[in-house]
Amino acid sequence: MSNKNTQYPGRKPASPEHLAYLKIVKRRKTAIRTTQISILIVFLVLWEVAADLKWIDPFITSQPSRIFHTLQNLLRTGELWKHVSITLYETIAGFLVGTILGTLIAIILWWSDFIAKVADPYLVVLNSLPKVALGPIIIVWIGAGTKAILVMTLLISIIVTIIGVLNGFLEVSKDKIKLLKTFGATKRQILTKVVLPASIPTIISALKINVGMSWVGVIVGEFLVSKAGLGYLAVYGGQVFQLDLVMTSVAIMLVAAAIMYQGVAWLEKRYLKWRQ
Amino acid sequence: MKEKNIVALNHVNLNYQSLEGETPALEDISFSVAKGEFIGIIGPSGCGKTTILSLIAGLMKPMSGTVLVEGKEVDGPSGKVGYMLQQDYLFEWRTILQNVMLGLEIQGKVNKESKQKVLHLLETYGLADFRNHYPQQLSGGMRQRVALIRTLAINPDVLLLDEPFSALDYQTRLALSDEVAGIIRKEGKTALLVSHDIAEVISMTSRVLVLSKRPGTIKSIYDIRLSGPNRNPVELRKAPEFREYFNLIWKELDVHVQ
Repeated sequence: MSNKNTQYPGRKPASPEHLAYLKIVKRRKTAIRTTQISILIVFLVLWEVAADLKWIDPFITSQPSRIFHTLQNLLRTGELWKHVSITLYETIAGFLVGTILGTLIAIILWWSDFIAKVADPYLVVLNSLPKVALGPIIIVWIGAGTKAILVMTLLISIIVTIIGVLNGFLEVSKDKIKLLKTFGATKRQILTKVVLPASIPTIISALKINVGMSWVGVIVGEFLVSKAGLGYLAVYGGQVFQLDLVMTSVAIMLVAAAIMYQGVAWLEKRYLKWRQ
Repeated sequence: MKEKNIVALNHVNLNYQSLEGETPALEDISFSVAKGEFIGIIGPSGCGKTTILSLIAGLMKPMSGTVLVEGKEVDGPSGKVGYMLQQDYLFEWRTILQNVMLGLEIQGKVNKESKQKVLHLLETYGLADFRNHYPQQLSGGMRQRVALIRTLAINPDVLLLDEPFSALDYQTRLALSDEVAGIIRKEGKTALLVSHDIAEVISMTSRVLVLSKRPGTIKSIYDIRLSGPNRNPVELRKAPEFREYFNLIWKELDVHVQ
């Protein structure tokens, strides 16, 4: 049998053509990254200059340097950490609970086709319901506090998780399941040996969506009920017409969300090494 | 049941159920396979070839009639029967070694001895160097060999091969059929090969069952005796009797392009 077409990673000696190819790929990658960073810098500089030259009113649009000062002030008074930690705690807790609970429910629905069929219309309707509309109900039932924010976050992320993960489970190749059955696998073994591992890419993309969903849930929750947190800071800033404060809290959210997303991406890279 | 028959089907009937109605799939199928025999099943597509294998593997139950493996009626999948599917279905997230261990894991038979045996199989069939590779890194032929070793790892008495080469290109297919026939002979396994490739079945097996169109019935049985110094399927294709069998079975299959 011919093995010549098989790829052995890292074994090929690099020819000049290959090196040239690698160089082009690398150059393109650098160009993309440079452009991305440049856009950000140009945007920030333009914003700063436009505000300085009064092209725009910094009282309404704020300004990078003002944001920086606000950040410093918040840092000095120790308020920054308070607000950030509260929001982070709520987001991460909502994210974890939403993902884990959603995956567990998806497993139950996979296990029992009957329950899945019964639940289907309810899931579809709940999925299209704007969960924010449930805010007043949550406040009345649970009270205006951290718990209400967590419930809001959970509501926003869990249905999407259930639907996404269950679809991933159902897409697992029937033939792979047949293969396991020929070995005499139990339903539990089919779940742990093929359905779950094959669905890890789906679960990870559900995680990625949930990062965004949890932030929406937490900030909406904070808008509605809280006395602390980045969402509260933004709403408060709007009420007292301090756009610097609003922009600062948005900037922190951007950075925090990016870090969380990167965390998930790192997880993906680590667990999907077979994908290369 | 006679002792030497490792697989026996007696008057097996099976219908497929669907909302549109009932489709008879198999009708009065009876045959038996002796220990060490290599049997081929050939027939037009949709004639129930794969269904017969599913019955022997315990994935399905007959409507009437009995299916016996080693004299006992089949009741669900067991370690006695190894089933090789049309494609390798290797798990991309497992290394080659982990893939090959799959059946043992499921049957709770992972131990030093079985692991040693698996490593030995990989060694014997030229895959030892790839045991820590992922399936993506292997060619189609190698992957199918891994699939065969995965089936052999559970040490089945009977091997069921369901068009195991159909997903491969022609050259690989020939080379691999040679190799698989050699492995089966060497390991002393009883085997059933389902295929729609007449040449493949004649060159690899010693007895061929020809099935009719749906509902599948056994139309005829041919004992294949090819003369030649070499038992390799590729060499056996050159045997003078090969053409005769080919023409006989071709006529029997009564192929028409519709």
